[in-house]
Amino acid sequence: MAIRKKSSASASEATIAALPAERQRALLEQMQLIRAFDEKVDKLYAKGAMHGTAHFCVGQEACAVGTLCHRQEGDVITGTHRGHGHAIAFGLDLYRMAAELLGRATGYCGGKGGSMHIADVEAGMLGANGIVGGSMGIACGAAFAFKQRAQDHVAICFFGDGAVQEGIFNETLNLASIWQLPVLFVCENNQYAMSLPSEKATAGGSIAGRAASYGMPAEAVDGMDLDAVFTTAARLLAGCRNNGPALIETATYRYLGHSKSDANRYRTREEIAQWRANDPIERYSRTLTERDVLDDARSAALAESAVEQVEQAFARAERDPEPELASALEDVYA
Amino acid sequence: MPDQVTFREAMTAVLRETLAANEEAFLLGEDVGIYGGAFGVSRGLVEEFGPERVLDTPLSEAGFTGLAIGAAVMGMRPILEIQFSDFITHCMDQLVNQAAKLRYMFGGAASVPLVLRTPGGAGTGAAAQHSQSLEAWFVHVPGLRVVMPSTPADAQGLFRAAMADPNPVLFYEHKLLYNTKGVLPDEPEVYEIGRARCTREGRDVTLAAAGLMHNYALEAADTLAEQHIDAEVINLLSLAPMDSERVCESVRKTGRLVVVEEDVRTGGWGGELITRVAESPAFYALDRAPARVACADTPIPYNKRLEASIRPSPERIVEAVTQVLANDPGRYA
Ligand SMILES: Cc1ncc(C[n+]2csc(CCOP(=O)(O)OP(=O)(O)O)c2C)c(N)n1
Ligand SMILES: [Mg+2]
Repeated sequence: MAIRKKSSASASEATIAALPAERQRALLEQMQLIRAFDEKVDKLYAKGAMHGTAHFCVGQEACAVGTLCHRQEGDVITGTHRGHGHAIAFGLDLYRMAAELLGRATGYCGGKGGSMHIADVEAGMLGANGIVGGSMGIACGAAFAFKQRAQDHVAICFFGDGAVQEGIFNETLNLASIWQLPVLFVCENNQYAMSLPSEKATAGGSIAGRAASYGMPAEAVDGMDLDAVFTTAARLLAGCRNNGPALIETATYRYLGHSKSDANRYRTREEIAQWRANDPIERYSRTLTERDVLDDARSAALAESAVEQVEQAFARAERDPEPELASALEDVYA
Repeated sequence: MPDQVTFREAMTAVLRETLAANEEAFLLGEDVGIYGGAFGVSRGLVEEFGPERVLDTPLSEAGFTGLAIGAAVMGMRPILEIQFSDFITHCMDQLVNQAAKLRYMFGGAASVPLVLRTPGGAGTGAAAQHSQSLEAWFVHVPGLRVVMPSTPADAQGLFRAAMADPNPVLFYEHKLLYNTKGVLPDEPEVYEIGRARCTREGRDVTLAAAGLMHNYALEAADTLAEQHIDAEVINLLSLAPMDSERVCESVRKTGRLVVVEEDVRTGGWGGELITRVAESPAFYALDRAPARVACADTPIPYNKRLEASIRPSPERIVEAVTQVLANDPGRYA
């Protein structure tokens, strides 16, 4: 279903196929890195080697990669609790992310934030967020600053299908639209908010449809298809820049439980298997092979290298010191 | 030895009992159905009572809290779960401007008999947005009752009292309590909201606390006993209304007071309790300055050691008592 109120900015569509081969492979590598990272963290939790909790985006890699590869210098993003993929696709350093998860002083937040709060504000990554919908206002604020300062940057705002049912969804989409703020809202509809199926929670059925009612271009796309996400995001982003908001709804799926532990009582094995059969990484690998950009050996080497990079990041982070206790009282001003 | 049950099992049982006994009671919240609640408290209930009585809500905390208030005004008995107490921020208007006000504002013509259950507190590595203890906010709002059980028996007793109450009750469950065990009485004990209990008698110092902190206080009292310090422990059970009278009575005996709370020190309910003691004749019984053990005035950090460094613990309570006793009697520094 595609709901579009405005015509796209450029006549010719951006496609991955038009990119240099190396760039095409780099997108695959990013998805593999995200997967390797989350699979590693999942294992660490299973071993009891990690404090707190984390949420994994295994299966959803194409959403972050297909949108954030269009990011230009100066653009900012806001992430979610399921945020490792956003951070990696944004370009954050695996080692400093690992250090944060391990609660090390060298982590992005000095060990004070953990998985749900990874941020690199200076670089434009305005933070994962532990509150569902919590970053939607922040993204609008960043976009507001761009507009006031006549900068042609965009704020890219990730959120889940669950966040769509929060009041702030209405308030921020409305604000962004009446004030024409350059925000690209990216809804990762992974079919569930924890255990609640999105179809049971979403009156009217379509999130893109809801966004269209705020008078912004909005499109639903197959989030397991990197090519489709890439092309749609490129079009919507081009429309956002120096202009008003847009929304992309990506239909995707999380393979693992909601957080570190989850009995999966709300869905069937068959359903998970069905989505896995449509795996974004395998699918894109096949496409690249068909395009003669990739062969089996190269594909295996990339996957291996991703695992290796993640292993190295964690091994290095593990050797780092924990924060000084005094840091608990730093950045407290009231 | 009677059977022990976990705090979680005690909560599930009392929810089951309530839903079975009262057709007008219903449970609503995020993932309370098939998932069984984020902390497993409602596991099995949707299977037993059906999705009309155990409702999975979308992520719409303000909306479903308002809905619960409306249903309560109509005489139903909503039990709502806010998945982590931090998210109660989304419900503030509904709780503070609606639930707390209707009875008074309408000249007594309405009541809002709802119970809001929510897991609070730190110690789980969930960091700044999933670890707060914000209960003092509601102590500050006339029209809301705030209770905090410590044991499986308290959980059931207080929950029954909350359900029997015609007013909105916020029921705070500490996440670290769910796996703790205790014995249930053979005959259900009657709990009265606003009535504290002395859970350990002692002569040297009064420890006043609620929820998990009460259990920490009991642990500290054991350690203090080894040092020949005889602590009396008062379990407040309810923060609003707060049974400061019971604390005063204890202070008249011990002459010393240490309050233990997990919310941040500044603006916490512990300050209110100490003030009430200071305003009462029990003030003259004090022979040491009272003290508070509370969270440092910071958000909750993720790193385990940092988190532990700013939270109250049994060790920190022992330290505070030792310090209080080390002060010269009647001479406040
Ligand atoms: C305001 C708020 N309510 C509830 C939660 C608990 N919670 C965390 S994630 C989540 C599900 C969110 O679903 P969705 O937005 O679809 O994101 P997903 O987890 O599927 O990526 C819930 C209920 C929260 N963090 N914040
Ligand atoms: Mg979701």
